[in-house]
Amino acid sequence: MAKKLEKVDVVVVGSGWAGGIVSAEAAKAGHKVVTLERGKPVDRGDYVGVKDELRFSDRYEMMQNLAPETITSRNTLDEEALPVRTRNEMMAGTDLGGGSVHWAGATYRWRPIDFEIRSKTVERYGEKKIPEGMIIRDWGITYDEMEPYYDKWEKTAGISGEPDPLGDKRSNDYPNPPMKESPAVRLFKDTTKKMGYHPYQVASANLSQSYKNPDGETIAQCMFCSYCTEYGCDFGAKSDPLVTVIPTAIKTGNCEIRTNSLVRRVLHENGKATGVMYVDLRTGLEYIQPADVVVLGAFSFTNNRLLMLSKIGEQYDPVTRKGVIGRNFNGQFNITFLGARGFFDKKKFNLFMGAGALGGTLSDFAGDNFDHTDLDFINGGGIELRQYGHGPIATNSVPKGTKGWGPEFKEKSVHYTNRSLVAWYTPAVMSWWHNYTSLDPTYTDEFGDPLLRITNKYTDHDKAMAKFGIEKCTEIMKNMGADIVDPDSIPEEFDHIYDGGHYAGGVSMGEDPETSAINNYLQLWDMENLFVVGGSAFPQFGGHHPTATIGALSYRASEGVIKYLKEPGLLTQPKKQGAKA
Amino acid sequence: MSKAQGPKNTQDKKGMSRRNFMKNTGLLAGGLVGGGLFGGLITNQMKKQPATDKKPATSENKDMEARTFFSKTEDFETISAATERLFPEDKLGPGAIGLGVPYFIDRQLSSDWGSNAKEYMKGPFPQNQEAAYYEDQSKDQNKQGPNSVTQVAAPTPRYQTRMNRGEIFREGVKTLQATAQSKHKKKFFELEGEQMDEILTMLEEGKVRMNGIHSTVFFNLLLQTTIEGAYADPVYGGNRNMAGWKMKEFPGPRMGYLGQIEDEEFAVMKQESLRDYQEMWG
Repeated sequence: MAKKLEKVDVVVVGSGWAGGIVSAEAAKAGHKVVTLERGKPVDRGDYVGVKDELRFSDRYEMMQNLAPETITSRNTLDEEALPVRTRNEMMAGTDLGGGSVHWAGATYRWRPIDFEIRSKTVERYGEKKIPEGMIIRDWGITYDEMEPYYDKWEKTAGISGEPDPLGDKRSNDYPNPPMKESPAVRLFKDTTKKMGYHPYQVASANLSQSYKNPDGETIAQCMFCSYCTEYGCDFGAKSDPLVTVIPTAIKTGNCEIRTNSLVRRVLHENGKATGVMYVDLRTGLEYIQPADVVVLGAFSFTNNRLLMLSKIGEQYDPVTRKGVIGRNFNGQFNITFLGARGFFDKKKFNLFMGAGALGGTLSDFAGDNFDHTDLDFINGGGIELRQYGHGPIATNSVPKGTKGWGPEFKEKSVHYTNRSLVAWYTPAVMSWWHNYTSLDPTYTDEFGDPLLRITNKYTDHDKAMAKFGIEKCTEIMKNMGADIVDPDSIPEEFDHIYDGGHYAGGVSMGEDPETSAINNYLQLWDMENLFVVGGSAFPQFGGHHPTATIGALSYRASEGVIKYLKEPGLLTQPKKQGAKA
Repeated sequence: MSKAQGPKNTQDKKGMSRRNFMKNTGLLAGGLVGGGLFGGLITNQMKKQPATDKKPATSENKDMEARTFFSKTEDFETISAATERLFPEDKLGPGAIGLGVPYFIDRQLSSDWGSNAKEYMKGPFPQNQEAAYYEDQSKDQNKQGPNSVTQVAAPTPRYQTRMNRGEIFREGVKTLQATAQSKHKKKFFELEGEQMDEILTMLEEGKVRMNGIHSTVFFNLLLQTTIEGAYADPVYGGNRNMAGWKMKEFPGPRMGYLGQIEDEEFAVMKQESLRDYQEMWG
């Protein structure tokens, strides 16, 4: 029998950027908050002195233990999904701060067209430009409406950057100047500038100088140590929830964070959420945490699955195309981030130095910055050259045609260790009727609850975008002077590798409850005191890295939660969008 | 290699303690505060890397060279021979055996990783075409995606078997031995190099039948662990004397490169290990 605890104003599931921001904002506004995190408690000290490539990049120290729970995956409706069993194939963060601690720090605002993809595509190219089966839609919020929330998140995180020359209106500059430029990044920028493009420095959550954010939290200056993405920062120089919103939430005195606490159900009665049921993973004891408002701010998979396990909202059925929970699954998988690798025989770069978000980028082929009339796809993406700072286990790239092992492999992989660079395209990913999430009929977690099942396959549209990006990157890499340029090849099909953390949708935002799960305050249409926050809200994926958009949406949702606590009710009224959207 | 075995005064000898590091780089003079803001205070001082003097020769430490997973010498020698074919000694430096890779693999297989402690190992484990196809599709495109460039360069093993990694290796060793026996009537490690390569290629291409698993999965695991063992921190038993890092001119973990990140010239540095790095933090 679960033990019932004292009621609070807000219970938040998850402590990454999404859960962390809502916790901090609600607590700052004077509300009593309990934040539940399945992982263990950690602080910066846990990441000091542990720069160990094997432990973090190859044994996935900061990723979820899959033994008790994973997902299953298949390509098409008639296949049986198989579990994604190993952490080589599945990247989802855990512990206090969630996946937002191991992130790289690359920061982009999404573009006006990302938020109004359907109407702007129809406006410029006509209805026929959108292929049959593509279920993209406007978000119900515009870039201009998102702008203040982006601005707020950039200030919280101390983002270091310069404006995108092809970017959109900003109310303020980034709070800190851009990062230093390494020779590899300089080569990319100089080359692409000569080619007539508009390169600039990737805006970064690896800070260019020590900074105090508006909540009074101090973030240190990045040392370019290279142990960044997949690691916690031992200097507190990467902006993450541990150095920002979590201490902000705690110091209000209004927020209690409980770690090792796995939420298994959202409880509800008469169409209202009443709280959550969770398990203390150390004791196995169950608790009920009642609250006036429930916020799901966990990873997209968890947000999806918790609604399904709790029987909230109508499950999407791809056969009837009815229902909304699980609809519009999207994300960046192995058909994105394709481009070209260059091998330089006469140049040597300090590639063991770097930072998660150190890089150059350009937006000439992002959004609708280029004419799509004669192209067989819509939207676009950034082109980046990043210098993460690579460990020696990872840097073993060899020119195509080299055998993957043996004497030739050894010689070339050693030779090219500091002589190989990649430019890649980060394309948007559109949503399709056949890509969705649901509960798996066969595989279960440690408690016997069904796993989340992903059904995801590639389309000609995905392949056309990938081809376009590969061509552009190949041209850039040739102009950069690489002696050998290897263009990536386009995968036939999604390979069930969930690498990089950019998986989204399933509890998506919109204006019409027939096709969307939440409104533009991330409030569930079907349960007005339940907010579902994070990448799960994306109706389709934008053409850049997602974190800034998750941060901005989390501030938007926080505003919604606080409004709702003052005056309950639906914060946005539904509109009819039509079944295609 | 264990700390207890090294001379107690390494810190003084090497001038590597955190206090000395900060003194050397002028941080103490500036009135340094504690750990919390440490990062923010190191700025141009990072141009100076901590000086490294001679360190105790880690190859002297033979305690790492004992098996904790493979019981039979013959099994271990089979794996050793296979790793050396994947990563051979050449003019650049030692191969897998010289780097201690077989001992690295032996230790990894007896760790929680070897017993799949953090992987989803619940059934059913279908042995149908779909599972076989899944296990076989680990080719070229398996490392694409954000952050994929930080992953080990070997193909990702696609996993649908009920065996854990240790069990896969035991089956793998048997398969190598049985194939050598049936093709050449010899032990695997007694074969000519080219004969070993031929068998390894058969495994890589899924042309050898194994029980409960596609042979490609075993091959990919073998290749993955061989590369890891060549280049992981020496604390794990491979990369002996940091010779893997020396070949690649990889310096090992450092505080940072704030003062060097813009430099055009390639920075050649002495290798330092995780142990050195942790000593610096004190």
